[in-house]
Amino acid sequence: MKNSADCHQEDKYISLLHDLTYEAANTCVQCGYCLPACPTYESMGKESQSPRGRINLVKMAAEGKIDLQNDLAEPIDLCLGCRACEVACPVSVPYGEIYEAAREVITLQQKDEAKNPSVGIKVRGHVLNNVFPHQKRLRLLGNATWLYQKTGINRVARKLKLVNKISESVGQFEKILPPVESPLKRYTFGETFPARGRKKATVAFFAGCVMDAMMSNINRMSIELLQSTGCEVFVPKGQTCCGALHAHQGMMDEAKELAKANIEAFEASGAVYFINNAGGCGAMLREYDKHFKGDHEWEERARQFADKSRDITEILVEFGPLPYMKEWNGVITYQDSCHLLNVQGVSGEPRELLRSIPGARFVEMKGSDRCCASGGIYNLIHFDESMKMLDCKMEDVKAAGAKTIVTTNPGCLLQMKLGVERSGLENTRALHIVEVLAEACGIR
Amino acid sequence: MKTEELYGLVRPLIPKDRVLTQLADRYSYSFDASFGEYLPDLVIQPENKEQIASVIKLANEHLIPVYPRGAATSLSGGSLPVKGGIVLDMSQFNKKLSIDKENLIAVVSPSVITGDIHQKAEEAGLFYPPDPSSSHVSTIGGNLLENSSGPKGLKYGTTKEYVIGLEVVTPTGEIIRTGGKTVKNVTGYDLTRLIVGSEGTLGIVTEAILRLIPKPQARKTLLASFGRLVDSGHAITNILSSGILPSAMELMDNSCIRAVENYTPIGMPVEAEAIIIVEVDGHEAAIAEEIKKCEAVCFEQNAIEVRVAQTEKERANIWNARKMVSPAITQMGPTKISEDATVPRSEIPKMIERLHAIREKYQLNLVVFGHAGDGNLHPNIITDKRNTEEMKRVDAAVGEIFEAAVQLGGTLSGEHGIGTLKAPYMEMELGKAGVLMMQKIKDAWDPNGILNPGKIFPQPGQTKVVLTQ
Repeated sequence: MKNSADCHQEDKYISLLHDLTYEAANTCVQCGYCLPACPTYESMGKESQSPRGRINLVKMAAEGKIDLQNDLAEPIDLCLGCRACEVACPVSVPYGEIYEAAREVITLQQKDEAKNPSVGIKVRGHVLNNVFPHQKRLRLLGNATWLYQKTGINRVARKLKLVNKISESVGQFEKILPPVESPLKRYTFGETFPARGRKKATVAFFAGCVMDAMMSNINRMSIELLQSTGCEVFVPKGQTCCGALHAHQGMMDEAKELAKANIEAFEASGAVYFINNAGGCGAMLREYDKHFKGDHEWEERARQFADKSRDITEILVEFGPLPYMKEWNGVITYQDSCHLLNVQGVSGEPRELLRSIPGARFVEMKGSDRCCASGGIYNLIHFDESMKMLDCKMEDVKAAGAKTIVTTNPGCLLQMKLGVERSGLENTRALHIVEVLAEACGIR
Repeated sequence: MKTEELYGLVRPLIPKDRVLTQLADRYSYSFDASFGEYLPDLVIQPENKEQIASVIKLANEHLIPVYPRGAATSLSGGSLPVKGGIVLDMSQFNKKLSIDKENLIAVVSPSVITGDIHQKAEEAGLFYPPDPSSSHVSTIGGNLLENSSGPKGLKYGTTKEYVIGLEVVTPTGEIIRTGGKTVKNVTGYDLTRLIVGSEGTLGIVTEAILRLIPKPQARKTLLASFGRLVDSGHAITNILSSGILPSAMELMDNSCIRAVENYTPIGMPVEAEAIIIVEVDGHEAAIAEEIKKCEAVCFEQNAIEVRVAQTEKERANIWNARKMVSPAITQMGPTKISEDATVPRSEIPKMIERLHAIREKYQLNLVVFGHAGDGNLHPNIITDKRNTEEMKRVDAAVGEIFEAAVQLGGTLSGEHGIGTLKAPYMEMELGKAGVLMMQKIKDAWDPNGILNPGKIFPQPGQTKVVLTQ
């Protein structure tokens, strides 16, 4: 039994959860229309791992009927946050808000009570606080990875299975990390890249944290593609991580600080669009206003920031066509980024661009709109659950006969690369859409 | 019985990973799409009929209530574990769906999503008409036991017309087969039709044989708006008496039209008292003529405007107006009470007038839409269950809706089922003797009363539903 002091403490979190999201959770009419849309309900087969089930559990927790840590934490933790349920919902329940509120309160209580957070939570917290928001540290990590890959140490390490021994999940990911670009080829913050041909617009480029550190070549190609359609591209100084990973892990204060830094950096640019190339980041950027509801100083600024944010595929379609130079070989298929599709509502543009490549045969695979179970860092923390969903996905890739799997988000990209590796598909590549378009335009 | 104790009894019969005991899991099977929350002691996800039979035998031995549950989209409380005990989650039962083209049948297991049957049948050039609005989510097992049918009942009949054979675990744990693969079958009592619509009180379906029909080649759709409700009613009856049998006839009243237009402005005629959507299907040449005739009949009955969809996109737009009803009315309040009182077609205008009078009397947000062709209306009351004062008025209004339907020669429920929510009104429609005959059937099949207790039959002394918590 808990003593009364404990109960009093708990009431604080229950009433916080109640204040944050009880009203929203009550808008769910429990019709169940979200069930077929949910990847974790499909793979785990339990109502507690469905959107309807999770919303009900948040309600139950807010009513004090179940315990935040013992009962609610696991189902919330096992949600991918793909938000496909929001699209399926006939009554527009704000699942994302409910989910983030639950995460926030659960995390807060763990922090306050130092309730021995699980290893996953500790690693998460440490990495999110100490690595992602710091460009220099991340770039250093990226550069080290580049050195590591170039010197061949990785091959030795792989042979000795050293990395695999440390942790199966990290080990499997190590194999599929993309080659990191030489530090010499990187763009710098504060730099402006001129439009090629007639200038159509000035846009500001959001480099992201993972994209900047580990996939800066994709950022560089993004800038070049934008230039080639007549955009003058500015890379604002002072920008940072979008804060999505923090928000999804319930670290709302940290997420807001990052958001403020980005809003300040970009509003000074005077650009017409703020462009990103990562579906997950884009979703966060486009929802900045939601995080500052009722904040007199920031709400309006956040709304303007959100209004100007665009995915790169939208801009390339608007200002295209692209100057293609090469014919493409083989079947291309596209895996939606959940946050690009379900939050930003972008599904036509990436497909339109892929279809426009000379020689390319675009085939829609079954379940292309279904989460690949990358889920930010879900695949690291819930490796087994994630791999079960990924392996199903790879069956659909096989059935489509695709030789190129295209994504629009770094997390999904790594996950698809891992999928190719695990399923032993030969001559099959997983690429970011920017890499595909750049290759077809002769940009290296 | 305590969860741990029950778990000990069940464990030898069911694999460990198919038994859910944690509080979060139990709460996740405590509700459906209707009202109320009842915590089960245990949830079992059976894999095959033998496991179900063994659980049922155990339940009889220890008098444990057992509640079969599909996707829990029920609007009448059909799957709610009102007396605790065991929830049998049938959604994770082995999935089987095979189409027999020669015999025009589908053999399905209960866990198959109804929409998947539509799709598989269509791939074979065939058609399974029953189409409840939740068919992309609901299991066929749930559809059969609730006999829920959707908008195509007028032309194609209801779910029970398509079920010709069943495999059932009885409430005493026997496995029986009813009917078979033939459309004609008069061997003994028609137990198939008794089970269909029995709301899981007489057995648990483990396999079903469904009749399929050839797929209609084409369809045409129109939307007509009327300044007076009574005209829309006449248009409906006149279309039918002119020799046309539409595949769907949907009606929306003014409050419903306004709610949709408010929610998403799509150019709905907000001044109209009612709109109807009419769809005909069949041979292309035949329906081209039929839709013209429908249009003419609507104009004869003073339609303000008639829009005949010329393209698939226009058709989708028309149906979109109907699909938007649900999200639109939910914006009006967090609690939706969806009824399905059904009246003879000719009484639709009168029924709607009665509904509007009830709305005025109790000052409630009540909108009316529904499958007008078969008299199946869906009056929806939008409220907030936390508002106790208003909920009392809702309780009274719901009772009067049923009264109106029965007085006009109709029925309490066209397709949602009786469940917990309409049980108090059974006698109003069937009389004491009628309910008693049903109770005798229930007692003969389920002497210990372990299967889905608390449904269909009113509790002693219960005469009206109480939604206030």
